[in-house]
Amino acid sequence: MNKTLNQKAWFLVLPVLLLVAFSAVIPLMTVVNYSVQDTFGNNQFFWAGLEWFDELINDDRIWDALWRQLMFSAIILCIQVPLGVFVALNMPKKGFWASFCLVVMSLPLLVPWNVVGTIWQIFGRVDIGLLGYTLSSLGIDYNYTSDPLAAWITIIVMDVWHWTSLVALLAYAGLQSIPDAYYQAAKIDQASRWNVFRYIELPKMMGVLMIAILLRFMDSFMIYTEPFVVTGGGPGNSTTLLSIDLVKLALGQFDLGPAAAFSIMYYLVILTISYVFYTVMTNMDKKEG
Amino acid sequence: MAKITLDNLAHSYNPSPQSEDDFALKELNHVWADGEAYALLGSSGCGKSTLLNIISGLLTPSQGRILFDDVDVTQASTADRNIAQVFQFPVVYDTMTVRDNLAFPLKNRGASAQYIAQRVQQIGAMIGMEAELDKRARGLTADAKQKISLGRGMVREDVNALLFDEPLTVIDPHMKWELRTQLKSLHHEFGHTMIYVTHDQTEALTFADKVVVMYDGRVVQIGTPEELFEKPQHTFVGYFIGSPGMNVIPAQVENNIATVHGASVTLSQSYTSLNGKVELGVRPEFVSLTDGEGLPVKVRRVEDVGRHKIVRAELFGNDINIVESEGTSISPDMNRIVFDPAKVNIYVNDWLKEGEAA
Amino acid sequence: MADTTATASATLTKSRAAPRRRIKSSTIVMGLYLLFLMLPIYWLLNMSLKTNTEILNSFSLWPQNLTFDNYATILTDPAWYMGYVNSLIYVLLNTVISLAVALPAAYAFSRYTFLGDKHLFFWLLTNRMAPPAVFALPFFQLYSSVGLFDTHIAVALAHCLFNVPLAVWILEGFMRGVPKEIDETAYIDGYSFGKFFVKIFMPLISSGIGVAAFFCFMFSWVELLLSRTLTTVDAKPIAAIMTRTQGAAGIDWGVLAAAGVLTLVPGALVIYFVRNYIAKGFALGRV
Repeated sequence: MNKTLNQKAWFLVLPVLLLVAFSAVIPLMTVVNYSVQDTFGNNQFFWAGLEWFDELINDDRIWDALWRQLMFSAIILCIQVPLGVFVALNMPKKGFWASFCLVVMSLPLLVPWNVVGTIWQIFGRVDIGLLGYTLSSLGIDYNYTSDPLAAWITIIVMDVWHWTSLVALLAYAGLQSIPDAYYQAAKIDQASRWNVFRYIELPKMMGVLMIAILLRFMDSFMIYTEPFVVTGGGPGNSTTLLSIDLVKLALGQFDLGPAAAFSIMYYLVILTISYVFYTVMTNMDKKEG
Repeated sequence: MAKITLDNLAHSYNPSPQSEDDFALKELNHVWADGEAYALLGSSGCGKSTLLNIISGLLTPSQGRILFDDVDVTQASTADRNIAQVFQFPVVYDTMTVRDNLAFPLKNRGASAQYIAQRVQQIGAMIGMEAELDKRARGLTADAKQKISLGRGMVREDVNALLFDEPLTVIDPHMKWELRTQLKSLHHEFGHTMIYVTHDQTEALTFADKVVVMYDGRVVQIGTPEELFEKPQHTFVGYFIGSPGMNVIPAQVENNIATVHGASVTLSQSYTSLNGKVELGVRPEFVSLTDGEGLPVKVRRVEDVGRHKIVRAELFGNDINIVESEGTSISPDMNRIVFDPAKVNIYVNDWLKEGEAA
Repeated sequence: MADTTATASATLTKSRAAPRRRIKSSTIVMGLYLLFLMLPIYWLLNMSLKTNTEILNSFSLWPQNLTFDNYATILTDPAWYMGYVNSLIYVLLNTVISLAVALPAAYAFSRYTFLGDKHLFFWLLTNRMAPPAVFALPFFQLYSSVGLFDTHIAVALAHCLFNVPLAVWILEGFMRGVPKEIDETAYIDGYSFGKFFVKIFMPLISSGIGVAAFFCFMFSWVELLLSRTLTTVDAKPIAAIMTRTQGAAGIDWGVLAAAGVLTLVPGALVIYFVRNYIAKGFALGRV
């Protein structure tokens, strides 16, 4: 659609601007402010320059958390995107069972995040949880409170449980928009199932799939509540992701300076990666139009 | 290329049809000859797309059989039927180039690379897209995409039938003419059995050897364009084909005399004991205005459409159209009409009734 | 004769019934996936209907001594059930605020170009990418200093941080699908902007508004870090109250599970009401 030039449109975006300025810009300024100062309490601040940033960059703890965070996001993307697409392809197209699947699949998305954690914390417990109990009766040594690998598997399976449906629902919406004629033409052209997927379904899903990947990347990179409830970042620091580390620093130890510097760098990393996604997405939009 | 036999065929979208009204397609028995071009003509919802989808195997009929060259294919899959179909809206594989799009049906059937290359080149030339062969299909205009769909339909030489489902809807008017002519010459060249669904009578009449007119889930007539024009089997065919359509006038008929509101008309055939709704059908082309003997009319308007004139008149309160050739002059005292007796048809309950020679 | 007919009809029924009896692989895939989704929730429900003794001392797939005591504990104690009320209040407040400010903004982005529009749009989206953990501490200080700490509105405003950008983005997608001619016709017919927007435009994108509301509700309802940081007593969300189950005598598993089950109810209700729009809604107006 060609839009008209109208500077008065600024009045329409003004409410959003004020609201977001209040709830984003002011807090962000506070963070920037803290990040370059030092305090010994009593509201006395001293200029610290880039000292906190310097300290942070040389701190292995942050790098470890970042590394774990990237691992986590990469693993869940690699599982959730293909699995979500696969599930979408197998969903009934219409009728009662289609609505039934949609309703059940949406359910995990509306579970409060700490309850997601609680559900899996219980489910995985060796003494009272179905999963943990079953695994240990099968003779598998599974204990997410003491074994880092088990802890990782638990939070990944939990995230797959929690969010795969989002990818599947988006992909399903993309599939629903494909006219029947495409499938009929493919039948007539004797296209194999794989070719139907490769040349019809995947291209038509690409737009929503990019949205799904962007959303999943951002949210997985910011994840806090669910793994915190299950493992508390442990055992040791093995599941301490970036947000968990930051909250420990900011609210736990009240180290305002380092926490603020941490926040800024955290935010910048997300912005940079998201910007890359966003650029790719808009470029693809242009190609389609 | 194949002969297509529709044996006792009917279809209902309702799984347990109660009455005839539940059938989108009412019982059909027809044999369509090998290598002919058929057009399925009718207004929307008349069942023509249903019939096409049954032939292509996208729908399984609720009763009856369909045979290609006497082989029952009713349960065969679309791929096994070896047909090609072009849809109303362009179906192209967006991420492929035009060349790959055209090659796709051949590749899937395992044709040799050399044959594919040569055949794609040939089809590319036929649809006038040789220059764009290596472009991606995504960025092309709707009519270019539809040309690709047409090309993909024609790329296989050994198909049993080529089906078209209103393929020219999205094409520019001048391209329409060109593509239709190409399809026709293609038909002459390769002799495919072609079935072309349309609601546009010009398209049907210019394209097809035989036109299949459908109305309310029924095939009301199969015939050459001339037959449809001169002997419409059903009043619907009379209305639907021709511009303006056939005049249908309520009448009583006894022997070779038809009585219209007390005035009598002599017919070329004679009829005895007709029961039901009796009507007299005559095309505007076979009605002429006269200042002599005839049925009285009130002329309302004369439209000059170039090649001929259309006279809109009123006959005993009913509308009647008359086509006069460009050269005739129409004077105000021409207020009577006569029919060409050989071209007057008699309909009983909407179906054509053949009489005996008078 | 009768025999042949019988055989013929027998073969016919057979050939018809055969494809139905064969279970399709897609059914198996969906069955397994839905089972994977439902099992943990079932386990929570199962536990909420047991006594603590039963939970800790025996392992059973369904409650042996069915009890509703855990639910009774929650529903009779204001300290418990007010948590649900608090959560619902700030979630609804947030949904209303988000939509109210996002609607005009989305209209501006979908219809007009103006100085800095693209940058503004991207900047808005960046707020959706802001980790709540980054904002927890500054929010705490900001809302304390303006005296909004521990109020519903504080949480509602805080959640606007990620919900407003999302609402603008979703609504913009739906608005782009409405032809501009409709606006122009309405202005020619003498509608003022406000009247046109409320009377004509909003009904046209009602499904978009529904989808945006759904997502605002969802993300506000499930968030805990900010809502817990910004509240202590008066506006404390249910999710935070659930930590109460951790007493001196260990965790009260039954009540914890019951509280968890009850947090699923509003979400399940919302999903039930929008079930016919879910597929369309998740396309976010962008397909």
